[in-house]
Amino acid sequence: MSYYLVILIGAVLVNNFVLSRFLGCCPFLGVSKKIETALGMSGAVVFVMTVAAAVTWCLDFWLLVPYGLGYIHTLAFILVIAALVQFIDIAMKRFLPPLHAALGIFLPLITTNCAVLGAAEINHAQLDKLSKLVASGAAAKSYLASFGEAVFFSFAAALGFALALVIFSGIREKLAHADPPRCFRGIAVALVTGGLLSLAFMGFSGLVKLPY
Amino acid sequence: MATAILIIAGIGLVAAAALAVADRYLSVREDPRIGMVTAALPGANCGGCGFAGCDGYARALVAGTAPNGACAAGGAACAEAVAKILGVEATATERRVALVKCCGTRSEAIRVGDYNGICDCNVAAATAGGDKGCTYGCLGYGACANVCPKGAITIADGLAKVDKRLCIGCGKCVKACPKHIIELVPASATVHVLCANPDKGPAVRKVCGVGCMGCHLCEKNSGGKEAGHFIFQGFLAKVNYENPPTDEQVAAKCPAKCMSVDPHFETGH
Repeated sequence: MSYYLVILIGAVLVNNFVLSRFLGCCPFLGVSKKIETALGMSGAVVFVMTVAAAVTWCLDFWLLVPYGLGYIHTLAFILVIAALVQFIDIAMKRFLPPLHAALGIFLPLITTNCAVLGAAEINHAQLDKLSKLVASGAAAKSYLASFGEAVFFSFAAALGFALALVIFSGIREKLAHADPPRCFRGIAVALVTGGLLSLAFMGFSGLVKLPY
Repeated sequence: MATAILIIAGIGLVAAAALAVADRYLSVREDPRIGMVTAALPGANCGGCGFAGCDGYARALVAGTAPNGACAAGGAACAEAVAKILGVEATATERRVALVKCCGTRSEAIRVGDYNGICDCNVAAATAGGDKGCTYGCLGYGACANVCPKGAITIADGLAKVDKRLCIGCGKCVKACPKHIIELVPASATVHVLCANPDKGPAVRKVCGVGCMGCHLCEKNSGGKEAGHFIFQGFLAKVNYENPPTDEQVAAKCPAKCMSVDPHFETGH
């Protein structure tokens, strides 16, 4: 259980997806003008990243690793994640209309978002390491545990993305009232602010020993 | 190599098939009229009708839960177009326009400090309530003018004024005003109380030369309490817009001079 806590802190604070790994910068700048939209986007990202991690892990485990196709995992992941998001969009509209009304417009935006793909990428590297360990006969954790960790890591990473996005949109709402020099207005001062936020999150480094 | 191509192609095929099946059996068939009505609406997404954008209003129209004619931006032409699509009558709804309930210009309402911070009402209001002596009054830093999609609000002499001809009644300024003194009123009403200070007469007089003191004279001049043209809140008169006074003399007789006949810029803008 404590291992999951370490994953959570590691993914949310220490190696924050946006502020340390620089993944998902596009929505970080694009939909951070209002807290309301930032929350909607965060919900969509948490949902899609968790589901995508489960699906890509299964694909990786049953198709790519057994046939030695690890080298084309990026291509396969893009394909599957894009189709999955489209499928979720259609199914959600039918079965969960209220949820679709809240998250619907954000779903197509994150079809092949690099944060979603990045989590799948990191999970693939972990699985690759594990399968090599098992092949060499060394003592290793079970594949089921690895699956649980992969899904939880993606969920936590999405939470980290949500945290960064909500903090940033809160700052930007205040920033809208500020009066910076002309050349700094708009996205320029937002980028500087994002950089400062990233610096602030560097203060978390070393908080836990990173499993990922 | 061959396995790689086969597997990727296979994944693609399975995904495509799944999407095709989902589209065929899971997709929600929308009433085609929703798209037609949305196209007929102005597409300003101002929210003046009370729904989330033009699309939301179109859905409600098709479902029959919203009256046709609530779109202030589109007006009668738009209501007619919608009526043609849906085969229902266009019901005339009263056009509503924004009204800034303050007439304390720089010469009438005292300023208790010099504010030279960021030119925005929300920031000024957060700085000890703003520089105006009357804490209910219009600060005149243009938060409403900044959000107005039609450019209908101008700031003159420390006061925001709405151009009635340009206002589409979307209500964005109502939400933007930190003092909550902008109200949507029927465009046909001509007599307005331009004050939002509910304090007692002497307290109002101390900070503003044209504040409502709650003397009830407007009520008396418009046929008494029974006529119901005015509502009183504390020491503040409010026009009952359900039943507005028609006699414009009432405004001229206001001793506080806080009533106005049609304060909007009809002419000379």
